[in-house]
Amino acid sequence: MRVMLSGNEAIARGAYEYGVEVAMGYPGTPSSEILENVARYREIYSEWSINEKVAMDGVMGAAYAGKRAMFTTKQVGMNVASDSFLYGVYTGANAGVLIVTADDPGMFSSQNEQDNRHYARLAKMPIIEPADSQEAKDFVGLALNLSEQFDEPVILRTVMRIAHSASPVELGERRAPSRADRPAAASEAGRMKRDPHKFVATAVWARGRRPLIEARIATVAEYAETLPENRIEWGDRGLGIITSGVVYHYSREVFPSASFLKLALTWPIPPRLVREFAAGVERVIVIEELDPFIEEQVRLLGIPAAGKSIFPSYGELLPATIERCAIAAGLLPAHPGAVKRSVPPADLPARSPILCPGCPHRSTFYTLNKLKYVVAGDIGCYNLGALPPFDATDTMGAMGASIGVAHGFHAAGLADRSVAVIGDGTFFHSGMAPLLNMVHNNSKGTIVILDNRTTAMTGHQDHPGVAQTLAGAEGGQVNIADLCRAMGVKDVRVVDAFDMEAVQRNLKETVACDGLSVIVMDGPCVFVELERKAPFEVDADLCNGCTLCFRLGCPAIFRADELDARTGRPKAGIDPVLCVSCDMCRQICPRKAIFMPTQAMN
Amino acid sequence: MKSCNFLITGVGGQGTVVASDILAAVGLAAGYDVKKSDVLGLAVRGGAVISHIRWGDVVRSPIVPEGKVDVLLAFEILEALRWLDQLRPEGTILVNRQRIYPVTVSSGLASYPTIEESSAALRKAAQNVYLAPGLEIGQELGNTRVLNVVLLGALSGLTEISPETWVDVIAKRVPPKVVELNVLAFWRGRQALAGSRLAGETMAEDVR
Repeated sequence: MRVMLSGNEAIARGAYEYGVEVAMGYPGTPSSEILENVARYREIYSEWSINEKVAMDGVMGAAYAGKRAMFTTKQVGMNVASDSFLYGVYTGANAGVLIVTADDPGMFSSQNEQDNRHYARLAKMPIIEPADSQEAKDFVGLALNLSEQFDEPVILRTVMRIAHSASPVELGERRAPSRADRPAAASEAGRMKRDPHKFVATAVWARGRRPLIEARIATVAEYAETLPENRIEWGDRGLGIITSGVVYHYSREVFPSASFLKLALTWPIPPRLVREFAAGVERVIVIEELDPFIEEQVRLLGIPAAGKSIFPSYGELLPATIERCAIAAGLLPAHPGAVKRSVPPADLPARSPILCPGCPHRSTFYTLNKLKYVVAGDIGCYNLGALPPFDATDTMGAMGASIGVAHGFHAAGLADRSVAVIGDGTFFHSGMAPLLNMVHNNSKGTIVILDNRTTAMTGHQDHPGVAQTLAGAEGGQVNIADLCRAMGVKDVRVVDAFDMEAVQRNLKETVACDGLSVIVMDGPCVFVELERKAPFEVDADLCNGCTLCFRLGCPAIFRADELDARTGRPKAGIDPVLCVSCDMCRQICPRKAIFMPTQAMN
Repeated sequence: MKSCNFLITGVGGQGTVVASDILAAVGLAAGYDVKKSDVLGLAVRGGAVISHIRWGDVVRSPIVPEGKVDVLLAFEILEALRWLDQLRPEGTILVNRQRIYPVTVSSGLASYPTIEESSAALRKAAQNVYLAPGLEIGQELGNTRVLNVVLLGALSGLTEISPETWVDVIAKRVPPKVVELNVLAFWRGRQALAGSRLAGETMAEDVR
């Protein structure tokens, strides 16, 4: 049966069909839907782990125990997991280990644009890149076989345009992994095949395995020579294009008649196949997104391939860009006549994401904007606190960085009043260690933990503060305030995020005090829990156009056409469809012009 | 069969991604090769969202080439205007008659295009422009969440694929509880297409 599947759905299907038994990861766009879809298969144990390193260690453990295992992450999560897959390369396992990274060229939802193919060379493990959903599914099986044949983890690398694109996929049945497929590490199901000299990567034993790792690179390259998924498609011999992943399809569209070497395994590349291809064409170019990863390997073979001298090394490499660059380089003729295209009206207003109506984070950023504190921010929906109208966040770099940065502010003797702001999921991911570090090193500051009881930005996944696991089971639930107290923070406060006065008072008190404080801003995400009451209204007779409520950046509050006769400023209005009556605007209105309709009747 | 490039644009929360799933599955059911690509914003509501859907004999890239959109299905007027440069001159625009103000507009930092500007720009960009009352139909049916299927109903009238194929795909894709409602929404949308053509006139003032 052929069905439309996204790249992420196809990888989940591949995990099912190719006998993965344990899957762990951490949510992150564009990778999150992989595990969400794996969770639909009861045959596979799946979980959202607390962070990527914990997930990678769990996957190694499952593979030591003889189960095919898969780890999923977005590109930056590989940095967190790297400590663990680097030992995995030394130890190997008793079953296949698959690492799936979904990269984000174009930085649609990431803080950087790192090209994770470099991790293959750094760790010395193979990497394969699918070009569409069918390959995304098939390559799960290919990668697991490779992993078992060469006894090391294998990376399956996608990009946003694979993860969030869909194409037809032929579905197959689940094939229970046969133990006979694993000559290197046959392990009885459920029993650990013990081999400490291999699985304990202590210096003296790991040193012994070091030459094997180096020798294995050549063995994998040899295997890549005959891998059918690395294939030459001869066309016009004037131009030969080496490419991989979704860029293969873009390039075929832009150069319909050229010769192609389509690589599935992009590290290590097969030298003889590349030389055969280069010898068969007049000119070789490499078309790849981001870094010159294939190009450098090809040039090391002594082949004068051009790549980044023609195509950009950053941003999404879209078909139109490939075409423009190819025309500029003389690889394609210029268009005969410019096609007449419409132009959108000038100065269309932008439509940026914004905190939802009823979002509990709004009170914190409204108040921080007002108090002008220096804010070390973190990763989550609350990143929007950096944008107008809040303009509240001063730094943001990586998961959990806020608390370490706030500690650095203290160590440096920063004179400004400052706070760290971190979400509940991010606190569990990587905020606990830096908070403990502050406790131990007698650091001072205010740490605001926005507890909305979900991992909101990536689509509402569970975390240890939530009573339900990915598989739908009841999960152990940890209270963040209790956890902070147990870590030794003396001043821990839980504040109702919808109480504007309490939010401001507690921020002021903790920042003024000479110690370490944690404020848990308590309020559920509107997607988790929403008691929808009657929408609020504005009494136009009382509103004098002070515009204070506009500073809440609430999509439900709009600038009314009516101007205040005295001030000449626009009055406020509330959209009854969008308003969820969170009450924040009513609390801050100095004229008491915002009310719930029932109140008016009383 | 004639290949077709669709672009679906709208605002996060309007149901555009489900619409793109259905449109892709309809193409597959009708025997096309199909690819699609969604650019999703954050999970928070209110950002601009866009989906490319391509039907053809062999589809390579999941992205519609620049300026090669045959049908622009916009769930919101501003999000139609934003992508006019992607249309072929002989292309078709189907717009939901709805305005959703970005916060930049509601807070007075920017202004939303006027009805006259919008009408003129749409008419200039494509030969065929339809303004579907999607939200109104949803309201009449008692559930504005069927907006996406109402608009697909209208879109179906622009294709040669039988309505039964559309209904079949929709019934499989929406939650079982609301199949009947969505099928009704599809037919109401399909009926509305004929009356929604924007010819020489400006779109009505009642656009919300």
